[in-house]
Amino acid sequence: MSALTSLTLKAALDGLKSKAFSSVEITQAHIDAVAAARPLNAFVLETPEKALEMAAASDARLAAGSAGPLEGAPLGIKDLFCTEGVRATACSKILGDFNPQYESTVTANLFGDGAVMLGKLNMDEFAMGSSNETSAFGPVINPWKVKGGNQSLTPGGSSGGSATAVAADICLGATATDTGGSIRQPAAFTGTVGIKPTYGRCSRWGVVAFASSLDQAGPIAKTVEDAAILLTSMAGHDAKDSTSLDVETPDFASFVGKSVKGLRIGVPKEYRIDGMPAEIETLWEQGIAWLKEAGCEIVDVSLPHTKYALPAYYIVAPAEASSNLARYDGMRYGLRAEGANLTEIYENTRAQGFGAEVKRRILIGTYVLSAGYYDAYYLKAQRVRRRIADDFDQAWETCDALLTPTAPSAAFALGERMADPIAMYLNDVFTVTTNLAGLPSISVPAGLDANGLPLGLQLIGRALDEGTVFSLSGALEKAAGFRARAEKWW
Amino acid sequence: MSKENTIKGRTGDWEIVMGLEIHAQVASKSKLFSGAAVGFGAGPNEQVSLVDAAMPGMLPVLNKFCVEQAVRTGLGLKAKINLKSRFDRKNYFYPDLPQGYQISQFDQPIVGEGEVLVERDDGSSFVVGIERLHLEQDAGKSIHDLDPNATYVDLNRSGTALMEIVSRPHLRTSEEAAAYVKKIRAILITLGTCDGDLEKGNLRADVNVSVCRAGGYEKFRQTDDFKHLGTRCEIKNVNSYRYIQQAIEYEARRQIEILEDGGTIIQETRLFDPTKGETRSMRSKEEAMDYRYFPDPDLLPLVIDAAWVKEIEASLPELPDAKKARLQTQYGLSPYDARVLTGDGDLAAFFETAVAGRDAKLIANWIINDLSGALAKDGLEIANSPIPASDIAELVKLIETDVVSSKIAKVVFEHMWAGEGSPAAIVEKRGLVQVTDTGAIEAVVDKLIAANPGQAEAVKAKPQAIGWFVGQVMKEMAGKANPAAVNAILKARLGVE
Amino acid sequence: MAVDAATVRKVALLARIAIPEESLEPMAREIDGIMSWIDQLNEVDTDGVEPMTSAVAMTLPLREDVVTDGAVVEKVVANAPKTIDGFFVVPKVVE
Ligand SMILES: [Mg+2]
Ligand SMILES: [Zn+2]
Repeated sequence: MSALTSLTLKAALDGLKSKAFSSVEITQAHIDAVAAARPLNAFVLETPEKALEMAAASDARLAAGSAGPLEGAPLGIKDLFCTEGVRATACSKILGDFNPQYESTVTANLFGDGAVMLGKLNMDEFAMGSSNETSAFGPVINPWKVKGGNQSLTPGGSSGGSATAVAADICLGATATDTGGSIRQPAAFTGTVGIKPTYGRCSRWGVVAFASSLDQAGPIAKTVEDAAILLTSMAGHDAKDSTSLDVETPDFASFVGKSVKGLRIGVPKEYRIDGMPAEIETLWEQGIAWLKEAGCEIVDVSLPHTKYALPAYYIVAPAEASSNLARYDGMRYGLRAEGANLTEIYENTRAQGFGAEVKRRILIGTYVLSAGYYDAYYLKAQRVRRRIADDFDQAWETCDALLTPTAPSAAFALGERMADPIAMYLNDVFTVTTNLAGLPSISVPAGLDANGLPLGLQLIGRALDEGTVFSLSGALEKAAGFRARAEKWW
Repeated sequence: MSKENTIKGRTGDWEIVMGLEIHAQVASKSKLFSGAAVGFGAGPNEQVSLVDAAMPGMLPVLNKFCVEQAVRTGLGLKAKINLKSRFDRKNYFYPDLPQGYQISQFDQPIVGEGEVLVERDDGSSFVVGIERLHLEQDAGKSIHDLDPNATYVDLNRSGTALMEIVSRPHLRTSEEAAAYVKKIRAILITLGTCDGDLEKGNLRADVNVSVCRAGGYEKFRQTDDFKHLGTRCEIKNVNSYRYIQQAIEYEARRQIEILEDGGTIIQETRLFDPTKGETRSMRSKEEAMDYRYFPDPDLLPLVIDAAWVKEIEASLPELPDAKKARLQTQYGLSPYDARVLTGDGDLAAFFETAVAGRDAKLIANWIINDLSGALAKDGLEIANSPIPASDIAELVKLIETDVVSSKIAKVVFEHMWAGEGSPAAIVEKRGLVQVTDTGAIEAVVDKLIAANPGQAEAVKAKPQAIGWFVGQVMKEMAGKANPAAVNAILKARLGVE
Repeated sequence: MAVDAATVRKVALLARIAIPEESLEPMAREIDGIMSWIDQLNEVDTDGVEPMTSAVAMTLPLREDVVTDGAVVEKVVANAPKTIDGFFVVPKVVE
């Protein structure tokens, strides 16, 4: 039933509504596709029985005319989301076989709207990584390969499983999270659409925390419209999350296809960095031209503190993470190692349970918060963060949205950057700024590089102005006419 | 600087200086950041939500009532209310600290500087500066004695709201420290923000003790420079007045001895062992604490409305200091009586219920001496007094109307305490009515004088000896004779003035 | 070098992560490299800039003091490595 798996979410929902096929049918088609795609290592847990059960319930609701907006659509769920009764590990050994007794608000919203869960998706351990290589379950393999090559490429990270599953047509859409670019960079590396909404749009309740002030959930989808449909369901005020925004969630899909005439698009000169491949530069110019053709006005803007975003991020995120991950101590759940005394038990549990990158970030975070360094590092970074946010505020005086590349390169080979943490961190140079400022930003596939690998462009909007972001990315998607799919090799 | 604040050492005089951190559990129904119940006596982990157990992805949401109680208490301490404050994480590992951090307030507490007037037992008073009051989470409970090889953890208390009230180092003696805690307790109970139950650990004190050479404290007060004070040790969680005093006295002696032997005091946390009356070090030294405080990113700045603070202020009850002053002027009570009645036992409400139409001094005496003594002996609080205020009033009325003598009233009180009913009923049932009938008294007096001529002669020579006859009359009449009448009749019969 | 093996040892103890003695030095070098890269933040003039601790310009919401949770012992201890009678059983803590 490959026809059913190649549908967009929108087309599938229409088909389900018109009874062209049932949820059980489309779910089974995806279950089979998931099983066939195991070489990609996108799923760390397949839940076919649960999926079919949910699908059957969806079919009953469809028949009864009480269908929700996502009724019957099979989705993949990043393993960072706690799913009641279904193992959640954040792809870390430290959580062991953690069986959450609760459902995250975001997944509860999706399932409440009728979505079906296919299983849990691979990711970097605790969402710390940009290549999905820090996962305790091993790396995800990008469905895309260099034209004529056979080398395994990274799908990006941390939501590498989500991006891969969507790109490989083994789910209709997926949940993901983005702390420094973890939705947008993998979307760019896999030819999919990924949006990180305004901080506070999606509840963080039930999502394993990495860096609380930066973490935001969002979807990875096949099209801009699909992303809009998913985000509409995922978002919403949640009294259980003190940082959740108490605002209405608009029907984001209604913005896709809207005219963008007259919108002012800022092009930040600081995003032209040394060593960026010419093809990305060219694609960016192409994107500017497309939006101009669509009636937008292009303005040059400056975001002078851009280059400080990554170093500021590598203070703030590890600091928060060092504290957020203190609860993984082997006392109430997860792994507990042996030791001669309590301190040793803690130390061994955490040494065995966390992978190298997570340990590195916990140590950095602990260091920058420790006595004597707090002001020099943490406070300094938070002040720089304010300047970065101020840069954007300044930009909004002359433009309505910003257009930039999503990542400074296309997907690279697995193992290529693992030895050099800073080189790895640089993947997020264009995405991390909006996490610091809390702004909505989307990656839209815009073309292929000379190797035949997808490249993405990023649109950044004002806080809570996802509507404009969706209109613009819809226009970009239409102009780019990106239809390429990874050739199936698995 | 008074001499009594110094301690003699081998090498000279020393002074103790103390500051207290009082942890007062907020009298809320639910926890500071979760909807789990707060209470005492529930089964293990029954009052625990997934937030309190720090499950992955769980988030805190602040309890409005707890914020209100902190503001209320701050106003009661005449302290500055900070309209903008913040919650921070205090990071450390311990099995009963599920998150691996305590949510507390570090550099922007909800309440700033204030002050408390504290009275000593001799009636003199002193002011203790309050540095701050902040809200924070309590930890869970580790139980070490259920299993020789394991520790059991119950998180029922984890996440319960505490107000930490930090004093300035303005306390000089162990008695002052105890009096300060009593005063804070009285304020909290009056405000209703904490039940003040020391036994349940709802009010606990950490005592910071240091010693310095005589004169050091005065210099500290003049300059506010801590270099004039010694290195302090923090004695954790002392939960009775007696233990507070014992712990301080032991700790001060320990520090003086170290210093006189040429040693130095290491700043550390110590534990008071009530069975040994000693303090001992709690944490090994290589494990110097570094709590890595930083603003909790799961919570936003706490901003409270000035109008709300005004509203809370308008709803404050009469505080102990004001009440004490009023009791003195309104009822003519002595400063001592007024202080005891407004002390941490909160006897004042009981007093004011009983006093209507009665002799205030008598009512105060009965409450302060007899009733309080009986309550203390049975470990009861005034709120649980088996004798209602109306019965104390009735008893005093019986005295005032000469139905019983003060002496017989003590007997009546014993029966009241034993639960035999109202004073009037007891007097009735037990025939304790005072005999004021002069005929009956005269008969007994005449009989006794006739039977003891020698004693009668002696009284004529030495009138003070009349007491012997008074005693005999009372004995003969089972103590029920009106003492004034007995005296008058005896004097008349024996012809003495 | 600002971050040396001793620093890593101290930080690792604070973070309760066992690091073998022979890994302290390489780890120190790695972290020191990252910290040196981070040091470029000092180029930014942040005098008088209010630190940004949250991405939303909002104040803390408050909830009513109502018991809405708890009484879920089975859920609380469902994933415990060891539990008896509703308690978490943890390694012996010596105080
Ligand atoms: Mg303390
Ligand atoms: Zn405290």
